[in-house]
Amino acid sequence: MSENNIRFVQGNEACAMAAMYAGLDFYAGYPITPSTEIAEILAERLPAQGKKFIQMEDEIASMCAIIGASLTGHKVMTATSGPGFSLKQEALGYAIMAEIPCVIVNVQRGGPSTGNPTQVSQGDVNQARWGTHGDHAIVALTASNHQDVFAMTVEAFNIAETYRTPVILLFDEVVGHLREKLVVPEPGELPLVERLHTSVREGVNYHPYLPREDGRLPMSDFGGVHRYNVTGLYHDMWGFPTDKPELVEDLMRHLMRKIDYAATSLTHHKAYFMDDADTVLISYGSSARSALALVERMRLRGQRIGLLELQTIWPFPEQLVQDYTKNAEVIGVVEMNTGQLVQAVRLAVNNPQRVYLINRIDNRLITDKDIRQTLRAIQGKGV
Amino acid sequence: MENTTHQFIFTGSGGQGLITAAIVLGEAAVMHEGLEAVQSQSYGAAARGGATRADVIISNEPIRIPKITQTGVLICLTQEAYTRFGMLIRPGGLFITDKRFVRSVQKLDAIHIELDLYNKVVEEIGKPVVFNIAILGALLGIYPAVKRESVIKVLEHRFPPALHANNLKALELGLKVGSMYHS
Repeated sequence: MSENNIRFVQGNEACAMAAMYAGLDFYAGYPITPSTEIAEILAERLPAQGKKFIQMEDEIASMCAIIGASLTGHKVMTATSGPGFSLKQEALGYAIMAEIPCVIVNVQRGGPSTGNPTQVSQGDVNQARWGTHGDHAIVALTASNHQDVFAMTVEAFNIAETYRTPVILLFDEVVGHLREKLVVPEPGELPLVERLHTSVREGVNYHPYLPREDGRLPMSDFGGVHRYNVTGLYHDMWGFPTDKPELVEDLMRHLMRKIDYAATSLTHHKAYFMDDADTVLISYGSSARSALALVERMRLRGQRIGLLELQTIWPFPEQLVQDYTKNAEVIGVVEMNTGQLVQAVRLAVNNPQRVYLINRIDNRLITDKDIRQTLRAIQGKGV
Repeated sequence: MENTTHQFIFTGSGGQGLITAAIVLGEAAVMHEGLEAVQSQSYGAAARGGATRADVIISNEPIRIPKITQTGVLICLTQEAYTRFGMLIRPGGLFITDKRFVRSVQKLDAIHIELDLYNKVVEEIGKPVVFNIAILGALLGIYPAVKRESVIKVLEHRFPPALHANNLKALELGLKVGSMYHS
């Protein structure tokens, strides 16, 4: 680690820097608090390197623009917050159906509607999972500190390219706006996944939706040497619309399985003091910082409490959560909403009656004291 | 290693440059002293037309919770900020105001230092815009959480060269005034 690599930056800047590290060369967006700095920084830095930044006319157009640019061979990203994330959902579904790699950042603020632009919330967890219509699989990553914001942003690009899928980075206002230390990785320090291009030559038929043996779909830059169709309709290996039952079912299974079967390698997490924990906190994003503060404090007093910080929230890491909570007497899910990820935790664990929601919904960061107070109530110790 | 943590809250009104001063302080700690620091601030509706607030925590250990509920050091540079944020000071903490902007009306359980720095900045430098850097200097004169040299490196890096001379003057002026109170 060189002193030259140390930065004191906002989480949004860490995200922008990581995106460029991962090879981002096309950004389209419609700036919205609390994600604005991502657009602001990339507006300056991308063109300086001969790459594209476009401020679009709205959120929907931004999402569509990155889909188009990705098809032509670019690594793409857009950033938004709740209201914009709602608007992007239809095009997000298109990217799932047409299997187009892209990264969508949602720096969460208070909602619904315009809600509370400058304050924190984690209310979009289930929207990230089910925001767009129709059965589908999705990948959503999160982070609680800037080093992890950087790592997860790079990972989002890698997953998008590997599985030809949209990846959602679900950050929150506290992490986005907070300034703290970031050690910028050296080039080559984090692995990067590049676009898998087809080896089919010009003049030879290219099937855009014919998987290789390993299941991956090599791409051909749209507008380049191959002509092919892209659609949000169910399609055949040529990309042309079809309603044949067997093709519809095959495609649906393919779209689900490519994510579900990879769930283990898509799962990122951090376990703190979990070895002998009988009280297990599960959290993510900025609320995981407060949970960790409490765990560290209570460990000093000899209490057996641990934190499982989830960095991949979709696909939900069921096995991981089940393994870590087998012996837990109390499982507290710490989040800043009325109970979203807690539902997934209850479905995953063997002892759902031991799962409690520990939350705060006033758009202020939940504190270690808040968590402690709820834990005492759960454990019948009074408040 | 013993856990040493310092908490600072800068309050005043938009345009006084307090958020910038807070960022400079945090950046000096992280980039030039190998310490951990977090900085956060109030945004939008919370900041508009009213009192602004920036929090900085500096520590030799990782900092989990970035928001301060009771602070060791509180700087208030408007009467409104004084009224609204005065109660955030920890008993026995360090409370810094400037006579030009704040008239004390309540007794706080804190070491209260009333600077007369704004007028000095106007007299000696002639550029009120560097008042924020002078305040940072005074703070570090009273409470040396980071080294003067670290702050100078940040000022060099963060501001256009044309502003550096006045920033430096302001920092030195603040340090001189502040160090008179250093115990």
